Amino acid sequence: MFDRRMFLAGAGVAAFGGPALAAEREVTLPFGNGARPLVRMPQKREMILLTTRPPQLETPFSVFNEGLLTPNDAFFVRYHLSGLPTVIDPSAFRLKVGGHVAKPLELSLASLKRDFPVSEIVAVNQCSGNSRGFVQPRVGGGQLGNGAMGNARWRGVALKHLLEKAGLREGARQVTFNGLDNPPLDGIPDFVKALDLDHALDGEVMVAFQMNGADLPFLNGYPLRLIVPGHYGTYWVKHLDEINVVDAQYDGYWMKTAYRIPDNDCNCVEPGQKPDKTKPIGRFNVRSFVTSHVDGARVNAASVTELRGIAFAGGDPVKRVMVSADEGRAWQEARLGDDLGRYSFREWRLGVTLAAGKHAVKVRAETASGDVQPLTALWQPAGYMHNPVEAIMVEAV
Amino acid sequence: MRALVLSAGFAALAISVGASGAKPVTFEMPEEAVPAELADEAGEPVVVACSTCHSLEYITTQPRGKGAQFWRDAVAKMVNVYKAPLEPADADAVAEVLAKRFG
Repeated sequence: MFDRRMFLAGAGVAAFGGPALAAEREVTLPFGNGARPLVRMPQKREMILLTTRPPQLETPFSVFNEGLLTPNDAFFVRYHLSGLPTVIDPSAFRLKVGGHVAKPLELSLASLKRDFPVSEIVAVNQCSGNSRGFVQPRVGGGQLGNGAMGNARWRGVALKHLLEKAGLREGARQVTFNGLDNPPLDGIPDFVKALDLDHALDGEVMVAFQMNGADLPFLNGYPLRLIVPGHYGTYWVKHLDEINVVDAQYDGYWMKTAYRIPDNDCNCVEPGQKPDKTKPIGRFNVRSFVTSHVDGARVNAASVTELRGIAFAGGDPVKRVMVSADEGRAWQEARLGDDLGRYSFREWRLGVTLAAGKHAVKVRAETASGDVQPLTALWQPAGYMHNPVEAIMVEAV
Repeated sequence: MRALVLSAGFAALAISVGASGAKPVTFEMPEEAVPAELADEAGEPVVVACSTCHSLEYITTQPRGKGAQFWRDAVAKMVNVYKAPLEPADADAVAEVLAKRFG
């Protein structure tokens, strides 16, 4: 059962596996038990290690101040099952589109790129459990800071073109997505996700072969991943090789049991309670962050401090971003930057002049239809959808 | 504190990608360390059982102070939902070590 090779790599420390991770530095995320090594995995810069097998990497938050698009080598990584593919041959790779269709397809990468309209979309991908480490009371699961999100320009083929080519048969209801990553043991449910048919055909859901102008990094789903704009990362199936149309509600574990949220107006329950009714997680709620300054930053009391950050939501465009530098008593509207589309990070900026002393700087985004970040966090048993108003302490001297 | 494996250098690129994108891409799971909190004899049942499917940071990064039931529930989920091949007595032993070390 335990067949991985083990060997001693130091005083009382056993190690096993493949190439060594270069973990020479550590960061401490600002919650209990938040110490994490910084490591380099292939095609990645130094990132925050959550787990090694399967790989889960968080983006260091400073990256979000480098630009609106998150570089591929800094984009977060999240897997569920440790049976990753060990070799992917792009010339032999085939994407299968089958199930309740008139004419099943087996597409090479060349055919996908040549025989269908190629389009681009800028969209945020965010893990359902992004920021789970900040949830109070704490809940089990991946203890992430705020770095399990990223914004990229995805290039690929809209799913609707593939489904139209295959031809939907009468009675088609959902479309399921499976990738090359597999369970490490028989009996573990394979990671398969489903979308309703009208969602799958909306022209925005995409099978992407590039992000930010380059092939997908292996750990972000090479050679193909599903892009589901505005929706949590659980649907963004990596190493996508099987698209299956079904004529019923798909009831696999990862839809029916996992990734469920309270089915009520706030998608929340009292801490410690269980929801009466649940539904699959869906679109992002609205979030915003300060990226120009870290908690505890010192600024000059005599001059204007240029605050900058990002805001995003699940397709309902960010309408305004309000900033408070006095614990939330007075709010000023920030200037919004370039609009890269309703699924992208949106930059905000605001100059403030701070008197000498410490100031809680808070940021709060609102969408076009009026969704606004809660002042204090809502709670779910699984720690999903954490989106309270963020605050950092800044000291003007 | 986490125990880290000291490596001789950066990971040899375990992924190879052809410039044209036409060559096979390979991936090798990185080396893992057994965290210091589990690198003793009492931790062995946990290392053996849990490492079958995942690295051990899944355990050590969890919030502390959640109590013994948190760990019993976690082990029960691994057995019942993820079909971890553990006899009930072994599952109990794993849950007990986890509660003692991380409860």
